[in-house]
Parts: sequence; structure tokens; C-alpha cells
Amino acid sequence: MAFSLSNVDKIVGKETYLKNVSLTFESGSQNVILGRTLAGKTTLLRIMAGLDKPTKGKLMENGADVTGVSVRKRSVAMVYQQFVNYPSLSVYANIASPLRLAGMAKAEVDRRVRETAAMLHIEPLLNRLPAELSGGQQQRTAIARALVKDAQLLLLDEPLVNLDYKLREELRVELQQIFKARDSIVVYTTTEPTEALMLGGNIVVMHEGRVLQSGPTAEVYHNPASISVAAVFSDPPINRIETRVKGGFAELGRILSVPLDGHLTGLPEGDYIFGVRSNHLFLNRQHERDIKITAKVELAEINGSETFIHVIYNGAPLVVQEEGIHQRKLGSEIDIYVRARKFYIFDAKGPLVRAPRIEAA
Amino acid sequence: MRINLRQAALLAYLFFLLLPIYWLVNMSFKETDEILGVFSLLPEHFTWANYKMIFTDPSWYTGYINSIKYVAMNTVISLSVALPAAYGFSRFSFMGDKHMFFWLLTNRMSPPAVFLLPFFQFYQTVGLFDTHIAVALAHCLFNVPLAVWILEGFMSGVPREIDETAFIDGYSFPRFFFTIFIPLIRAGIGVTAFFCFMFSWVELLLARTLTTVNAKPIAAVMTRTISAAGMDWGGLAAAGVLTMVPGVIVIWFVRNYMAKGFALGRV
Repeated sequence: MAFSLSNVDKIVGKETYLKNVSLTFESGSQNVILGRTLAGKTTLLRIMAGLDKPTKGKLMENGADVTGVSVRKRSVAMVYQQFVNYPSLSVYANIASPLRLAGMAKAEVDRRVRETAAMLHIEPLLNRLPAELSGGQQQRTAIARALVKDAQLLLLDEPLVNLDYKLREELRVELQQIFKARDSIVVYTTTEPTEALMLGGNIVVMHEGRVLQSGPTAEVYHNPASISVAAVFSDPPINRIETRVKGGFAELGRILSVPLDGHLTGLPEGDYIFGVRSNHLFLNRQHERDIKITAKVELAEINGSETFIHVIYNGAPLVVQEEGIHQRKLGSEIDIYVRARKFYIFDAKGPLVRAPRIEAA
Repeated sequence: MRINLRQAALLAYLFFLLLPIYWLVNMSFKETDEILGVFSLLPEHFTWANYKMIFTDPSWYTGYINSIKYVAMNTVISLSVALPAAYGFSRFSFMGDKHMFFWLLTNRMSPPAVFLLPFFQFYQTVGLFDTHIAVALAHCLFNVPLAVWILEGFMSGVPREIDETAFIDGYSFPRFFFTIFIPLIRAGIGVTAFFCFMFSWVELLLARTLTTVNAKPIAAVMTRTISAAGMDWGGLAAAGVLTMVPGVIVIWFVRNYMAKGFALGRV
């Protein structure tokens, strides 16, 4: 079983939602579509499901053209960001409905509903109505209904976004195991790089209706094809430092000279963007070879057990992600440390020139 | 107990609101002589005679039966026409949909008297004159647009994803509509039915003009009962009370959803 899209465009009115999307998904694969809001993730899923027709392009399922085939005739299951269940049916009837419609025998329906409910830990709730459940349980019901029918294409559109942090973590771990055990194509959209990394599998990075890059998740993370991919695939977005390479030195922000060594060795002269992820910037020296950058504090944002310190370095904003809670006086000058080996080098126009070497874990 | 200004104002308001109704009920239990002769807050000679008269005299009670018949017909027709229309307006976008939706509402902006002549002439020609269905159809003129508007509001409150999930699960459209969708807008259907009932029940002009004998509504009967012995005040009062009863009963069932209905389902 393989599913592919070729040269798919979606244009509504004057608005381009998708532009020339070509992708192939293999059965048994887990695929994450990563992109910010309005990147076209939902549009893509809806087209894959057959809920919307592409303006241009083709959808192929096992070599057969399924473009424009009604969703009722396709083998698709979908989970929405909102908790969508049939409010008038009990949880049991909700999960059973796709099976009953397919004309399955009663005993078999019962067996599969209970099995799926057990997998998602909602067995004690089977007789309740969706309105009597918490948000997490409602989404579990929706996921159970999608899983129960063994569709060849399982689409999940940011299923965990409306849940609170704790529930999200919990369900994410469970989903990962459930997906692994299936041989259908799982497509999961998210805006969060961390979620994409946790789910693993393959990734499709989207931005403004285009596919920027696709491939195995870890590979894309370590080798983003362009600065845009790196920006979408880091949270906070990757820091950009405008750099000029001249005479064996890289001038970070055009002021701080760093010798070209390690993976920077032999970089041709010219203008580059050096990218570095926020978790590779530190407030304290980690290593004797760290480069020291002096910057002005704009904002210290405490996020759970981490602090994001927004600074301005030579007119450009940087974000430092630091474990623990740190207070820095706004407007004060602080020192930030970074290893040159953590730099991603992008061409001034965007494409990746060099990526840092991956260290053995 | 101290009553402040606000409560006093409210009580006064209620008093004036209920006064005519009280007077009507009061009259319906009196004899004509007492109504015309004395001022009494409670009937001096309490009597059920007026009500008995209405329930035994065919010229009275057929009026009720006629009214109930065409109101029921109208409610059923309006709902069955408006349900698919409202679904269309709520779920699909097509050329001119907004204009058409508004045009529906403009049907309520013209006084029924405007349509009186065409209806009258037309029904005469096609032989529908003085039938229940004639009045029911005429009342669709203002009830169908209203029903479409109210139902559309309720339907748009149901997320579209529910429709889509149903289609993904393999529901056929009719099955989805009747087993999943209708239960979700139950309250809306109840409110719509109530409004159709109410407008059709109180409408006098069309109902009176389009009927003569066989389908004469109660409101028309009431305006035409002047006997040789003069006005039957007590009978009229009793008829008035009985005319209010169905409304009260129906309101009881939809009392919790009324406000949403008046806002055409958009809250």
C-alpha cells in the first residue's frame, strides 16, 4: 500500500493554500507534517482524505487514481484538532459506528470496540455520552473511532493541541506505541518541533503551502535544507547571525571574528547566515573554546522549568534557552557562550551550506 | 419585607401586563348581564356555561378544529421544506447564497395584505379556496423564511467536522441527517415548530379571507358571532381564553430555547 500526491495545488479564490505538493507515503510508515499555522497542513490532510478536491494534481492509492473519489468510498480515518464525536451517541456507539456501517457482525464489533477502548483506556466510559467526558477522554474517543476501523490512511490533524500539557505528554507516548503496531499510513500534523522529534518516522516540513523538505525526521533535523526549514523545525526559531567570511575568519554579526576551523574549515569567502538553535546558546562558559557574545537583554520569559532570554546582538534578536529559572535585568549587557561547532551555515539566500557534525550520543 | 423601587416597578409592570388577561378570564366565568351591568372583580354567579356552549356548539368548536388543522399542516410543511434549505445555506456556498438568504427574510417584511388578492384569486381559480391546505400554504409565505433562518442558526452551531466525520465513517447522507444531525438540532426544531405554530395560530387576515365555511378559523368565528340577541360577551371571553391555551402549552415545552429562537438561532 502506498499513497502519493503529485503536483497538487489548492487555490481557493485568490488564496493559494497548497503549491505543487508531491509526496509519497509507504504503508506502515509514520509521517509527521510539521509547519506553522497557515502552512497548509490541514488543507493537505483534507485533500488526502478526499474531503476537498485539489485544484490541480493527482492522488494515487496503490497505483489507482483516487483524485476526487468521495470520502465515503475511501479507506480513511481522521482525527481533528477539535474533539469531534457524535454527541447523541454513547462512547460505545461512537466507536462502533464505522464498524456497524460497514456491516460487521455484532460480536466482532463488540470485540473490536472493547479492544480499541482498552488500548486508549476509556473502557469504563463506554456507556457515557461524549458531553460527560473530559477533553482528554473525548479526544481518546475520537482517536478510538479512527483506529477501530483499520483504515489504510490514518490522518491526525494536530490531535493533541487542545489538550493540557500533562494529557498531551501522556497521550503522545501512547499514540507512538499504537502507531508503531499498525501497518497503515499514519499522517500526523503538528506545529511543534519537539512533538515531531518524539514521534520520529518521516517528516514533511511545510511553509506557506509548499513542501520545504521531507525525509527521515532526525536527518531533516540535523540537516535542514534551508534556513526556513531550520526556522520551522526549532522552537524558538533558530537564531540567525549575519556573518561575513573573509581571510580565514568568520565575522559574526560583522563584528566578532572567529577563526574558521572544525566544520567551518575552508568556507569560501562571502556573506552567510550562521544559524544556531537556542539550546546551544548558554549563559555560562561550557567549554574553553566557547565564543563569547555580548548582547543586551530584551526580555526574560520563564516557561516551565526553562527560561528564554531574548537579547539583541548587534541589532539582531537572539533567544537563549537555559534550563532553570534565570532573572536578568532588562537592558543590561550579558555574555552568551556558544561553540562554533554548533553553527549551521546557510547561504545568504537560504540554502544550507554546511551542518554541524552529529556527535555520537 | 421591604420592597425597593425596582421590585415595585416590576410588580406594577406585571400587574398591567396581566390585567387584560385577568379581565378576560374573569369575564369568561360571568353571565352576560353581569358583564354588562355590574363592576365585579370576581364573578358573582360563577358559571361554566360559556365554556360548555363552545364545546357543544359546532359553529364554535369546528373553528378550533379548523385552526388546529391548518396550523399543524403549516408547521409540518414549513419544517420539512426548511430543514433541507437551512442545511444547504449552512453548509454550502453557492452563487448568490447570501443574497438569497436575505431575500428569504424580506418575505417577512411585506404585510400579508399585499398577498391577499393574488392568493384569493389564485385559490379561487385552482379550487383550493376554503380548504385547510390553502391557509397552510399561504402561511408558508412567512413561516418558511423564518424557519429557514432559525434552523440555519442552529445548524451552523454544529461543527462541520461532525458531518465530515460521519461521511468518513461511511454514513450515507440521509442516514447521517436523520440519525446524527437531527438529534443535534432537536432544540432548534422545537423552537422553529413553536414559531411556525404561533404565527400561523395568531394570523387572522389571510386565514379569514381565504376561508368561508369549511375551514373557517376560530379567530374568524370570534369576529362574526353577533347573534340576534346582541353580543355574546361571555362566550367570546371563553373563546379568547381557549385560544390562548395552545400557545401556553407549546411555550412550556420550548421555554428554555425561546431566547435563542428570537435571535434566529444565533447566540
